Amino acid sequence: MAIPSYATRGERIWHWVFCTLCALIFLFLIGPILVIIPLSFNAEPYFTFSDKMLSLDPEGFSLRWYQDFFTSDEWMRAIKNSIIIAICATVLATVLGTLAALGLSSRFMPFRNTIMAILISPMIVPLIISAAAMFFFFSKLGLTQTYLGVILAHTALGIPFVVITVTATLSGFDHSLTRAAHSLGASPSRTFFRIILPLVTPGVVSGALFAFITSFDEVVVVLFIAGPAQTTIPIKMWSGIREEISPTILAVATLLVLVSIMLLATLEMIRRRNERLRGLTPS
Amino acid sequence: MSDSSVPATSGPEGLTTADGVPLKQSLNRAVRRSRLKALLLVAPLLIFIGLAFVMPIFDMLSRSVDNPEVSTYLPRTSESLTHWDGEGLPDEAAYAALAQDLAAGLKARNLGRVASRLNYEMSGMRSLFTKSARKAGRMEPPFKEALIKADKDWQDPDIWRLIKRESGLYTASYYLAAIDRQFSPTGEIVEKPEYLQIHVVLFIRTFWMSAVITGLALLLAYPVAWLLATLPAGRGNLLMILVLLPFWTSLLVRTTTWIAILQQQGVLNDMLVGVGLIAEEARIQMIYNKTGTIIAMTHILLPFMILPLYSVMKTIPPSYMHAARSLGAGPVTAFRRVYFPQTLPGIGAGSILVFILSIAITSRRHWWVGSPVASLPTSSPTTCRPRSIGGWQRPLARFCWSW
Amino acid sequence: MSVIKKIIPSRSGLPLRGALVIAIAAAGMSAGAVQAQTLNIVSWGGAYSDSQLKAYHEPWEKKSGDTIINIDKSSNALSGLRAQVQAGNVTWDLVDMLPSDALIACSEGLIEPLDADTLFAPAPDGTPASEDFIEGSLGECFVPQIVYSNIVAFNTEMFPGDKQPDSIDDVFNLEEFPGKRALQKKPINNLEWALVADGVAPEDVYATLDTDEGIERAFAKLDTIKDSVIWWEEGAQPPQLLADKEVAFASAYNGRIFNAEVNEKQPFSIVWDAQVFELDGWVVPTGKLDKVKDYLMFATDTQRLADQAKYISYGPARTSSASLVSTHADTGIDMKPHMPTYGPNFETAIPKDDEFWADNLDELSQRFNAWLAR
Repeated sequence: MAIPSYATRGERIWHWVFCTLCALIFLFLIGPILVIIPLSFNAEPYFTFSDKMLSLDPEGFSLRWYQDFFTSDEWMRAIKNSIIIAICATVLATVLGTLAALGLSSRFMPFRNTIMAILISPMIVPLIISAAAMFFFFSKLGLTQTYLGVILAHTALGIPFVVITVTATLSGFDHSLTRAAHSLGASPSRTFFRIILPLVTPGVVSGALFAFITSFDEVVVVLFIAGPAQTTIPIKMWSGIREEISPTILAVATLLVLVSIMLLATLEMIRRRNERLRGLTPS
Repeated sequence: MSDSSVPATSGPEGLTTADGVPLKQSLNRAVRRSRLKALLLVAPLLIFIGLAFVMPIFDMLSRSVDNPEVSTYLPRTSESLTHWDGEGLPDEAAYAALAQDLAAGLKARNLGRVASRLNYEMSGMRSLFTKSARKAGRMEPPFKEALIKADKDWQDPDIWRLIKRESGLYTASYYLAAIDRQFSPTGEIVEKPEYLQIHVVLFIRTFWMSAVITGLALLLAYPVAWLLATLPAGRGNLLMILVLLPFWTSLLVRTTTWIAILQQQGVLNDMLVGVGLIAEEARIQMIYNKTGTIIAMTHILLPFMILPLYSVMKTIPPSYMHAARSLGAGPVTAFRRVYFPQTLPGIGAGSILVFILSIAITSRRHWWVGSPVASLPTSSPTTCRPRSIGGWQRPLARFCWSW
Repeated sequence: MSVIKKIIPSRSGLPLRGALVIAIAAAGMSAGAVQAQTLNIVSWGGAYSDSQLKAYHEPWEKKSGDTIINIDKSSNALSGLRAQVQAGNVTWDLVDMLPSDALIACSEGLIEPLDADTLFAPAPDGTPASEDFIEGSLGECFVPQIVYSNIVAFNTEMFPGDKQPDSIDDVFNLEEFPGKRALQKKPINNLEWALVADGVAPEDVYATLDTDEGIERAFAKLDTIKDSVIWWEEGAQPPQLLADKEVAFASAYNGRIFNAEVNEKQPFSIVWDAQVFELDGWVVPTGKLDKVKDYLMFATDTQRLADQAKYISYGPARTSSASLVSTHADTGIDMKPHMPTYGPNFETAIPKDDEFWADNLDELSQRFNAWLAR
């Protein structure tokens, strides 16, 4: 985005206008997050900046909401539930989804488009309909108010992300590589673990990450299916907003933003490492 | 690989493999095996989605026309009404059957189920049933007089027509309600009275709002996507984190924060007053109205526009623009004639995505007002995740991959 | 129908819950011989559940060794019960519910009929339970705990000291009392208040609403302030809107305003004129009566109901409890003047007509939403 030396005066002005514009749009994008972080240190139980905060009086700030979060059994249990459910759902969705994507990318797959449409349907059907439908069906099977029920439901919601990302990765996959491996005497499982898996890893990881975040930030389905024992972070936030507007949820949101940054940074590192391994220059 | 025992053949049909099987047959078998292998790989997931998702959805769709209440809890009445022509009042037999059903229902404590169902169609049915049922046990023939004495509403033919109409095992009334229609007492489909019409108005408003939001999102997303696509990968990905962060911050928290920013005593108004742009008394109302909805929704949906645009722009080689410029096109012409047309698939994918999501979010509540799920917790928030349909999953998938 | 009662921020209950775990463990060890059970109790959550925890659950757990799990799902109690019965898998043992929902649940056979005199303790002076509870408050399947009230509150700093609003007419008077109004996004209460402000006597409100002209009159009155209304949906919004001075008036549950006034020192005041009061209480899902009988007997006795009023400004539903209502547990202020049932507050009160709303809620909600969309 550097300005070429031959740019005219008009182009230079346009360049700076454009940069300001983009900066403003980025500000709009992360504006709420910029507000969330200072407000999570509010000493008062409201979502608005108090006069003391505006005058930068240290008394206007406090860590009480963070303390509230870390000392609360309910929040800690919610964190634990969220992590357990998200990890189980992610593993299930990733394994099933990757296998299916391998099958789908085969040239010989019959009814590919129909099957694809069925597999990504959890992404298209409005969440509230899926949630109500799963609630009625799962109650019949006694799966409501159980971890298994929530995990299965979240697996279904996460699967489309895995299927789509892995299929997309495999669409650029050179099948002569597997044939080469076979002809050199590698067993099918060896071919999978040594040839296919390393190459599709970026797709699998992004799919798994999307599946994880879907489960981690999901309210509607949990609201319908979970019992009190399966309360997750978003549910706790949701009831927090309904019951009383307490900045504890802002403290949680701030912490979650930090976690997201860490996850994204990890992914970026994996991507760069992967490109180095493949001998590609980042493009 | 060659073998001396291969019989000499002529023509393609005669080709065989090393072990003597005709080539065509062998190829077919290999194809069949690959096909089976592919199916086996997909099967576990297909079975899982079928059981955990597709079956529940079909199960629920069948509920939207299900109508078991009247025939189950007023069995004698619905039976005796089958012969009634709907003119005037039904005969004594129907009244007797009703009195029996009411008494039985009160005893079995399930009368409320049919009362709730009929009250949905006509206000006041609930108390009519409860009150009459309390007296039904002590009624003496003739039941027609007895019931009418208990409540004069029983001489209203419309109530009887309603019971007869809803005796069927299936009903279309939930779907009619969704388009502001209802059955008239005589069974024709008519518009609801004006003061009850809501869904059609809301549909139109939702479409209009979604169009505005989509347009705004496109306007804001285009320059940002271009910037991200043209920057070197390192810096581009850092800026990409700024796009993804709000994407992954709980929707609940974001909407609540928008209130803190936009309300009259909020951050933005404070800043405008502080800078002196507006007077203290003239604080702008930016939330609890259309403006607030549009701002917050555009914010929520902006990443869904940026990402498809970005993945399409990423594939456009910069050399095209350079070529256009060096061939003498001005910057505007080069953009309009060369760059912009190539981004159209991204614009299409992003716009459809944003438009559909925006409709889904804004109309979530209203869609369910006239349905059996209305009593479920429909005020729950919708989490916002990338959804795509059919062909435009590709730009999204490419984006996922690039991460 | 979301009624969330709030008086003490739930965080103040948290250290207590920690202590409770230890208490349960201790009780469990000493009472190991008695068959202890786990009770799943559904309630509203927040401070209301906290008041129940302190007044009922904690003493009961100590006494019996039972474990009580609190489920915050009362706002969807009726549909939740229906779904559980439909699925043949009822996991709730006791449910806190509004009487209008209880009426419907009872007629659908979802909950047990309750015989007051055999199931509930008599008053300390020997008056049988059926006579001790406020007249007409016991339902066929419903036993009340509290009387709460829907009121309109205002921020005293929004009006000059010598001209503070004191009647429901003032809420509809934009000229003398300018500012936005926050009202709940549902027809209940708003239609009642509109009629009273339009000159209908509180006792005639429901008779008027039962006619088409009455409904039109109520909507016409609401039309006069429609442009100045911010519609709220969650019980936490009114105090926030009042504290931010986004609105001058806000309709709310009286307990929440009390909480902001007393615990957070906010300059709020309540217009008690034309308060719409109603009950809230327990129902027992069908088949669960034997399991919860002992708890129910304990939790509905005179002392327990009076204890609850120490934590929340909702009036006890037993006549014999009224004289035992004392001071607020945290601040020590006298609770009586903050109760909806306190004489001066109660003069123009409207009892919510559950039967009217059971019949008309479907249609009036639809009409109300259509009116909003115009």
